[in-house]
Amino acid sequence: MSSQPHQSASDTHHAHSHGHEASHGTMKSYVTGFVLSVILTAIPFWLVMAGVFANPAVTAALVMAFAVVQIVVHMIYFLHMNTKSEGGWTMLALIFTIVIVAIALSGSLWVMHHLNTNMMPMTPEMMKNMP
Amino acid sequence: MTDTHIHPAQNGDKPMFYQVEDHHPEGSTMLGFWLYLMSDCLIFACLFAIYAVLGRNYAAGPSPADLFDLPLVAINTAMLLFSSITYGFAMLMMEKGNKKAMLLWLAITGLFGAVFIGLEMYEFIHLIHEGAGPQRSAFLSAFFTLVGTHGLHVTVGLIWLVTLMVQVGKYGLIEENKRRLMCLSMFWHFLDVIWIGVFSFVYLMGVLG
Repeated sequence: MSSQPHQSASDTHHAHSHGHEASHGTMKSYVTGFVLSVILTAIPFWLVMAGVFANPAVTAALVMAFAVVQIVVHMIYFLHMNTKSEGGWTMLALIFTIVIVAIALSGSLWVMHHLNTNMMPMTPEMMKNMP
Repeated sequence: MTDTHIHPAQNGDKPMFYQVEDHHPEGSTMLGFWLYLMSDCLIFACLFAIYAVLGRNYAAGPSPADLFDLPLVAINTAMLLFSSITYGFAMLMMEKGNKKAMLLWLAITGLFGAVFIGLEMYEFIHLIHEGAGPQRSAFLSAFFTLVGTHGLHVTVGLIWLVTLMVQVGKYGLIEENKRRLMCLSMFWHFLDVIWIGVFSFVYLMGVLG
């Protein structure tokens, strides 16, 4: 998407530049990514440091949502991810990795949560006072 | 990697076949390096999972809300974000073939990275001094492993950066150096992506309690 003007500008160069220009950004894409990142970083810090919401669960959900959006912004504007670079193989590797990461994270939390609830009939206060 | 192109018949009726040399041998290097980054991502995913499981086991010790200094983390985050865009500027200068400006932007990137590492070292030493070292509780072990691994990556990135600055200074912007600079670019931006997870999940969520 961001490589579109670049592509038309270098039409003579076009024949063998496959997979190459996808890995470069333009001034505009870097600055856009940077501004978006600053905004997406500042808001969660502000939410937590100023204690905007009384309910920490709401703040936590928002912080994680902003993190996911910012990761996508970084992927697009800084790492120049798209579906076409390297014939789609980078995207395929990324999707595979995301699936594995999701399984590892949710699986660990799920299993360990069950272990905790089944094996430790203690309140957090009791845990805190354990030797 | 070569591509076979079928040229439309200019030379009589016969279609002409010829091999076009790929001028960008970094094509496969980039994919390979991307696969490395993805496997590195799995290492961090495991460390995040460990932190998610053990992050509440304080063993009667300090909790994240007692320990973490959010303004310091905000400065650290800003340092890494600035270093990301200055590296982007270095890549743009590399595209233009402007060696001097590129080296300058790389030096600024390295400076931001060094400040990041310095602040992280300060934080770690401060925590250990307060008796909140990695051996204090499961939470602190997981914290030091996750954040320390990220810091180690940034340190290696800095060493790589200085090495490439010397290489470019010595041999100029040759094809090989451009390829290396692009690999480091991906590595550097990737570390920033991991840091987003660290400051959101470990620091901000930790202080929330």
